[in-house]
Amino acid sequence: MGMTIAEKIIAAAAGVETVKPGDIHTVELDRLMSNDGTTHLTIDMYHKLKNPRIADVNKLVWIMDHNVPCDSVKTAASHKKMRDFAREHKITFYEGAGVCHQVMLEKHVTSGELIFGADSHTCAYGAVGAFGTGVGCTDYLYAMVTGHSWLLVPETLRFNLKGKLGDGVYARDLILSIIGQIGANGANYMAMEFGGEGLKTLNMSDRIAVCNLCVEAGAKTALMEVDEITLAYLKEHGREPKHVFQSDPDASYARVYEIDLSAIRPIVAKPHFVDSVVDAKECVGTHIDEAFLGSCNNGRIEDLRVGAELIKGRKVHPLVRFLVVPASAEVYRQALAEGIIDTFMEAGAIVMNPNCSVCWGSCQGVIGEGEVLISTGTRNFKGRAGHKDSFVYLASAATVTASAIKGEIATAADIAG
Amino acid sequence: MGKVFKFDQDVDTDQIIASQYIIYPTIDEMKPHAFESLDPDFAGSVQAGDYVVASENFGCGSSREQAPTVLKALGVKAVIAKSFARIFYRNAINIGLPVIVCKELYDHVNAGDEMELSMQEGVVRANGQEYECTKLPEYMQGILDQGGLIASLDK
Repeated sequence: MGMTIAEKIIAAAAGVETVKPGDIHTVELDRLMSNDGTTHLTIDMYHKLKNPRIADVNKLVWIMDHNVPCDSVKTAASHKKMRDFAREHKITFYEGAGVCHQVMLEKHVTSGELIFGADSHTCAYGAVGAFGTGVGCTDYLYAMVTGHSWLLVPETLRFNLKGKLGDGVYARDLILSIIGQIGANGANYMAMEFGGEGLKTLNMSDRIAVCNLCVEAGAKTALMEVDEITLAYLKEHGREPKHVFQSDPDASYARVYEIDLSAIRPIVAKPHFVDSVVDAKECVGTHIDEAFLGSCNNGRIEDLRVGAELIKGRKVHPLVRFLVVPASAEVYRQALAEGIIDTFMEAGAIVMNPNCSVCWGSCQGVIGEGEVLISTGTRNFKGRAGHKDSFVYLASAATVTASAIKGEIATAADIAG
Repeated sequence: MGKVFKFDQDVDTDQIIASQYIIYPTIDEMKPHAFESLDPDFAGSVQAGDYVVASENFGCGSSREQAPTVLKALGVKAVIAKSFARIFYRNAINIGLPVIVCKELYDHVNAGDEMELSMQEGVVRANGQEYECTKLPEYMQGILDQGGLIASLDK
């Protein structure tokens, strides 16, 4: 029996010829990413060990990104703990470089790797053909101490992409459509594998957006076929693939979906569930108080370009706050060079430093009771962006920017002309 | 016997413990805020030995281990749901909080009912009835039995 991409990566990491879904293997991990959401607790547990040790410090990457810059005295205590530990143990450490997954994809991850990240959106690394999966701090600590962990081989869902996304339709619309189709637990415990001719029409930014959000369908990981676009991205960032695995023709899938990209339409996910998706048209006219363009899902230069093109020569609606947050320092500087930051500021947007920002509701742009946000963030759970009785709609960079201009939910088509 | 605290389907980890609290320095500072958005009285009224009962996909969303950890710290004996999201499930076992799949229980108990879980027998007893639970895979039961994943590092 052939293997899927996920199975091949696990087999290689376990040092065995073949694996099958349901098997539990001990796997060697290539990288271990942790951020300020949980690292302070990992450190506390580390210090309680009888024999604290780090198997291979070169595998560790720690990224301060959730509450950056620090927002409170309590956060400062947690941040200091993380910063001091990283310095003492010579752990690769970033602060101010951007959202962890964007930084990892720009600077570290390569094809065929198996990566634990103490953050659920670690599945984003599938965009370059790496098996990334989110873990808690106990799993993280165990892997940090031993260099390995246990992994149950997931079943795989296969998505064959064909055609091309239409004008004004983006990767965000694609993945929200898929999540709406399979449900918030439609891929629970499973890998989501993407391939087919349609994949060639998606650039790296699109692929990251798709893989990043797969955890919202419950997926353990997401993986895309490695092709010339992936290899060019890695080369541009100075990296070589570790392995290039493709699924075998006789690989076994739990289910296979055929996705026609040309049939995808602008989508909005309504409060309070990511799978609560509707055609964006159904939400047009909904009142908003704030709009957010950023996050590991849609804060890349490609997303900022979409927003800037729409807002150039227009203004943010006077009753709306429009927060724009580049996903990384690299993206921010590129946007500066292209004049994009100037365009947003000219229109009245608030441009923030790279960090998780509004997406996680703890640091910047927090919304109050009864307020409504439209966001390119990852989640729209109850209270995700602030008060427990507030409302978050998720949409593409184009829909979010159009809404910021209109002062109510709108698609790019609604503000044209 | 313990008391039932009942929650719906797709309860995400932001509801179990919201983002603004997870960066607090200690679990003790976080735990008064458990389930704050869904049941503001939860943290004040839950007693050691009580149970959380839920429908499908409990613990979806963020990988924050603070979610199972605050429940354990408040004395929750086990979470019993129709199904669990993957990361929460794994985190709970790793920290030694039993997470039990039981398809029937949710539809037959109400908040405030008394119930008892027997992990050895794989049954829940509530309101004079018995409900069968799915036993944990041996590997994961082993982690739970040793008191969580970290215990093996100290052997």
